[in-house]
Amino acid sequence: MIDTANAITGTGVVAGLGYAPALWVKPAPVVPQSCEAHIAEPERELEVARWKAAVTLVSERLSARAANASGAAAEVLEATAALASDRGLQRVVGKLIAAGSSAESATVAAIAQFIEKFEKLGGLMAERVTDLGDIRNRVISELLGLPEPGVPTPETPIILLADDLAPADTATLDPSLILGIATRLGGPTSHTAIIARQLGIPCIVAAAKITDIHDGDHLLLDGGVGTLTLGSDPVDAEARVVADAARRLAVQAWTGPGRTHDGVAVELLANVQDGAGARTAAGFPAQGVGLFRTELCFLSAQTEPSVDEQAAIYGEVLAAFPGQKVVFRTLDAGSDKPVPFVLHPDEENPALGVRGIRLGQGDPGLLERQLDAIALAAEQQGVRNAKVMAPMVATIDEARDFAAACRARALSPGIMVEVPSVALLAEAFLAEVDFMSIGTNDLTQYAMAADRMAPSLAALTDPWQPAVLHLIRSAASAGVSSQKPVGVCGEAAADPFLACVLIGLGLTSLSMAPNALAAVGLQLGSVSLEQCQHAAAAVLRCTTAREARSTAHELLS
Amino acid sequence: MTKQTVVVGSSVGLHARPAAMIAQAAGAYEEEILLILDGEEVDATSSLMIMTLGADCGASVTVESENADAVAEIAGLIARDLDA
Repeated sequence: MIDTANAITGTGVVAGLGYAPALWVKPAPVVPQSCEAHIAEPERELEVARWKAAVTLVSERLSARAANASGAAAEVLEATAALASDRGLQRVVGKLIAAGSSAESATVAAIAQFIEKFEKLGGLMAERVTDLGDIRNRVISELLGLPEPGVPTPETPIILLADDLAPADTATLDPSLILGIATRLGGPTSHTAIIARQLGIPCIVAAAKITDIHDGDHLLLDGGVGTLTLGSDPVDAEARVVADAARRLAVQAWTGPGRTHDGVAVELLANVQDGAGARTAAGFPAQGVGLFRTELCFLSAQTEPSVDEQAAIYGEVLAAFPGQKVVFRTLDAGSDKPVPFVLHPDEENPALGVRGIRLGQGDPGLLERQLDAIALAAEQQGVRNAKVMAPMVATIDEARDFAAACRARALSPGIMVEVPSVALLAEAFLAEVDFMSIGTNDLTQYAMAADRMAPSLAALTDPWQPAVLHLIRSAASAGVSSQKPVGVCGEAAADPFLACVLIGLGLTSLSMAPNALAAVGLQLGSVSLEQCQHAAAAVLRCTTAREARSTAHELLS
Repeated sequence: MTKQTVVVGSSVGLHARPAAMIAQAAGAYEEEILLILDGEEVDATSSLMIMTLGADCGASVTVESENADAVAEIAGLIARDLDA
């Protein structure tokens, strides 16, 4: 059970529990007023030299730490070192000092210029703001003769708190002393998240209210759910941490195949995008590929790959899972996945525009050639009745035409359930095709009328939303009555508790990112099919996403 | 003066890693190398300046320098997916 009484919530990015006193990262240096003085002209050359010495030292120290680190940590440190010695930064600082600024003031002003530009650009560029602020603080501390700012070296285990960790901070963290990390800012792709994942430190980002926590407060951090709890009973908290560590070990040791505790088989499949991804997935306990996203093979191409070129790419994925299920999804270009050669004129609302199977309206040959390529790859690999599904189907006519095109090539046709119309009329759609697969991310976005890319709408784009669960139920029931397989290949399948609910609803397969398979398989193996069905029925009676989630956790734990 | 306009191939645009790789390559030449997007010119040896262009994947960036080899090399880098 999750105790939410005293919980501060954020976005969990690395699952796991940690319990320890809080410790804040040391604050940035303050530039004293005396540094605002005008530097006289004869002194300016010396001032530039003083700045260069400081920045060189900062850059060298970062490089030295990069040499002692490995993997992503080393890369991040090296990148920060390179930014510190950037020529563009040198030029701006040089100009400011030439006009009379002190080295300290010039550093602050120059970095501020770049930060302002990056914030205006937004997106990925805005993520560099933390790096620039870190470089500024290090250079200023060096100029003022202060110790390096950043992460303190604790002597006993702590939970580290920060506004946002700079790359240089995260690179040398010791997982035996840092039992958890929580930041006020940042996102799932920030440096903090990347490094915490690499080090296996439970981590939460975007936890706005951590400012209420003081150094020394005992905290229970749950990186899976995304909560920080103050005032937990220490004995209880320690017991939970131990149980969680045991669970994580059990996940690592889980090798499949997927089945419930009472032995009912559940197909656990991998989502892949190319041959390399399929070969990686084959190293995980995946029983096949439930979603082969073919568009990623096209994204970097300037012109449409030929049938032979496509067949070679598809063959690689089939070869990675010989004799096992591989489900192709035809090109889902458009919306957030612009493929250069099928570019559509600017659409007002691309998520509701010409994407997926709708691309055939303008260029029917594109789908025909892709199906030819899949049939060719299947023939070359000795695969019969290869499974192919179409994305963004909304009408029975689309499903019928697609099925005919597949059957003409001895391919087994299926469709994605993303548009709510398909979930609502699932039985009629299943009469046309051999199988269906629910894309929960898009189904949720369309059912809740909420852009899945908008962070501020995260509460709406939650697959636990009761309306979404009812749509999934509709598709699952149609599968049961038609005796045709209906699976899920969205992020919902990777949530161990939701996965049990989905099986309880009557779905037959779950396809997800390969690294999520073991946690789902372990959870499924701990409950019976009857328990899953019971949880599914209970969840369908819930009226909020929060209630649905906690009901499932309670019934399936 | 040689000029060449290319389409940014990196899926993340001219962001951290692609920008750093271009700046490093540009730093090996004596001659000044400029990147131009929407009338804004920046020094190609500075990854910070390159990033201020905010050049997304698919944007058309012009490379300009006295050194034709430099233009060819930098244009080639911009067109590749450097983050892959």
